[in-house]
Amino acid sequence: MMTNADLTALLKERCPDAVRAAHSWRGDQTARINRESLVKVARTLKEDPAFQMDFLMDVTAVDYLTFGQRPPRAFFPSSGVDVAPAPEIPADTPWPGGPEKERFVVVYHFYSSSLRHRIRLHVPVEEKAAELDSLTSLWPAANWLEREVWDMYGIRFKGHPNLKRILMYEEFIGHPLRKDYPVNQRQPLAGPGAVKRSATPSAPAAHSKGSGDLETREMLLNVGPAHPAMHGIIRLVLKLQGERVKEVDVEIGYLHRGFEKMAEVVDYNGVMPYTDRLNYVSPLINNMGYSMAVEKLLGLNVPERCHYIRVIMSEISRLSDHLTCVGASAMELGAFSVFLYLIKAREFLWELVEMVTGARLTISYCRVGGVKGDLPEDFEDRCQKALEETKKVLKEADALLTRNRIFVDRMSGTGVISAQEAIAYGITGPFLRASGTPYDVRKDCPYSVYDRFDFDVPVGAKGDNLDRYYVRMEEMRQSIRIIEAALKTIPPGPVLVDPETGRPMAAAEMVDSAKIGDIPVIARAVAVTDPTLGGSARPQHLGIAVEEKRVVLPPKEDTYGNIEGLMRHFKLVMQGHGVRPPKGESYFPVEGANGELGFYVVSDGSECAYRVRVRPPCFAIMSALPRLLTGDMLADVVPTFGSVNMIGGELDR
Amino acid sequence: MSQQLEDASFLTSKLDEAIGWARKYSIFQYPFVTACCGMEYMAAACSHYDFDRFGAGLPRFSPRQADVLFVVGTISHKMAPVLLRIYEQMADPKWVVAFGVCTCTGGFYDNYATVMGIDTIMPVDIYIPGCPPRPEYVLDGLMKLQEKIQAQHSKAGQQKA
Ligand code: SF4
Repeated sequence: MMTNADLTALLKERCPDAVRAAHSWRGDQTARINRESLVKVARTLKEDPAFQMDFLMDVTAVDYLTFGQRPPRAFFPSSGVDVAPAPEIPADTPWPGGPEKERFVVVYHFYSSSLRHRIRLHVPVEEKAAELDSLTSLWPAANWLEREVWDMYGIRFKGHPNLKRILMYEEFIGHPLRKDYPVNQRQPLAGPGAVKRSATPSAPAAHSKGSGDLETREMLLNVGPAHPAMHGIIRLVLKLQGERVKEVDVEIGYLHRGFEKMAEVVDYNGVMPYTDRLNYVSPLINNMGYSMAVEKLLGLNVPERCHYIRVIMSEISRLSDHLTCVGASAMELGAFSVFLYLIKAREFLWELVEMVTGARLTISYCRVGGVKGDLPEDFEDRCQKALEETKKVLKEADALLTRNRIFVDRMSGTGVISAQEAIAYGITGPFLRASGTPYDVRKDCPYSVYDRFDFDVPVGAKGDNLDRYYVRMEEMRQSIRIIEAALKTIPPGPVLVDPETGRPMAAAEMVDSAKIGDIPVIARAVAVTDPTLGGSARPQHLGIAVEEKRVVLPPKEDTYGNIEGLMRHFKLVMQGHGVRPPKGESYFPVEGANGELGFYVVSDGSECAYRVRVRPPCFAIMSALPRLLTGDMLADVVPTFGSVNMIGGELDR
Repeated sequence: MSQQLEDASFLTSKLDEAIGWARKYSIFQYPFVTACCGMEYMAAACSHYDFDRFGAGLPRFSPRQADVLFVVGTISHKMAPVLLRIYEQMADPKWVVAFGVCTCTGGFYDNYATVMGIDTIMPVDIYIPGCPPRPEYVLDGLMKLQEKIQAQHSKAGQQKA
């Protein structure tokens, strides 16, 4: 069970001179500590039986340079359109976790899988001496996370084995997530205005030195960034001895497109399309995670029906994600027909998604405080049909793969990782579960309405590629189970009827009535405007979005039908208005297709998020890739990489 | 004499047209897939929408063997030199398709990390807009490319070009 212990008080007791301040806000416990005692505190958190924080979930930073002075909001920074500075935000009650005299705050998120509790550490660092002790000796997960903080913020980590840029390139000058780095200041490597690039594109230093390499029996093999077996762009440099992989260097960042920076210049709902493109195979889960993080910040809870819709759509996303992952890794091992079958099933699901959201892939369906539209009328039937098709395909794939000698032989015993090691790397999701640890955010830290459904969390035993395949296959069956249960129990949304006549009214009809001066009809009736989406013809606000007027756009019927609705809409979309959570921060984890997908949002009270950080699940897995590949054969690189399910958008953001 | 010349040019132009016809139906594409658009590329290439009906079914993962470069997905500044190198390695005649808004104009990633349209670094023949383009758009773009290839092999097309 989740413990509700006051962790910050306990931490104060254990390390009295380390903790500078502590607070608990919206259920998140945060301790602000002195930077000298970071390693000591971290060790306490890891080893003390009262904490048992085995996961270092995330390391990131916040630059408090412009906190509270709203940055000029610009949708298209390059257009050169000047945006008038907006008025200062009145200083309301200071939030205890806010800025201090130091410019940066490095933020650590810890989680204990045995005690199921979380704690957040704030470590303020000055700009001049931006250096902290590295946690790599305690958690290998810190390795890449700290590199990213260095890359994005220029904060150094003492004792880090390999502190170099991770998402940006070596030639890049500056640190893009600092508040004084302009969002559109480019440093191109090709084309007009290109900066000079060294002859060999960022060859990893560890491997390039010594011409004596040629004399030995070791061989360097470069795979990627554009390589057929690497779906997505990533570069692997393998040091081989014969067929055996001796050392691996992974280079990522080729798809870095500034998600976190963009999230600071658009409003809260404007981030939604960017979240679609994180894990673009299961965009709905990202949508849901982000909106729930903002809702937590606002202190909102969406209506029941909305929760159900989000759960159903998330599970459909998970299905399509696993289908793609299993299909692609099967294809890379030569089972091309399986890939075709699974993509066929995905097509059925996407048609369903399109029916609900209006788009196949980049759907932006969630809103802060709700979803865009209700489910369409015949959703249940069509969903059932798509699920039946998916089940059929799963059976086919099962028959083609699970008893396929080649597939099984290549998958079993390769890419093995123990549960303990996986946890140390911060690995979550199907990958971790294949190693035998049943950590699933949906079960362990239940959110939304997941605790109402019966489903199993499959776990593997050996932690090899084959187990990961089994786990994914079983999870798809469980997802279908959840969707079916949710469809049965989804509470009905209120049905729209005209209070007088009991029938819905068309927009045109209403405009006509208005013209002839028949005002009372407008006052009482709800008009149906031209629906762009099957479900948006239903009255959205009543059943699927919160009532909070400062957050949710009114349904189009109101916007076009009465002055209050129009004003409310206007107030929400105008610059300088919109959704404005109070000053504060929140972290919200959901179970993404690849594991714990956490959104960490900091608000300074304005209509743009001050900081949006996403904890990408496959980042942790990729950071363990060298460990997974080393010792295996060259041919095992492909199935192991396939089982990671690397998604570039999520990995590089 | 003039009659002979005319016959000869008739023959060569017919031959040229035939080459154009052959070229447009034997597209060997190099899918340079980086991001979300790749999902729709997959969908378009798989059985449901089936690229193969247009003679573009075989992706080649060696730039030396490909004649159409499909740039699918956001190109970051870090990736741009790699893309350029692949383009340079392709043998002539070659065509480039910008698949998705990101490759056409940079899309809504207007920031420090991304290239604002691949046509700032290389020539592009066909733009397929959409974020991501639906498979139907992709097929439409493919057919437009075929028209273009054919047109490059007809007199009128050559004069235009
Ligand atoms: S155009 Fe849209 S879908 Fe395609 S890569 Fe860019 S962001 Fe992704």
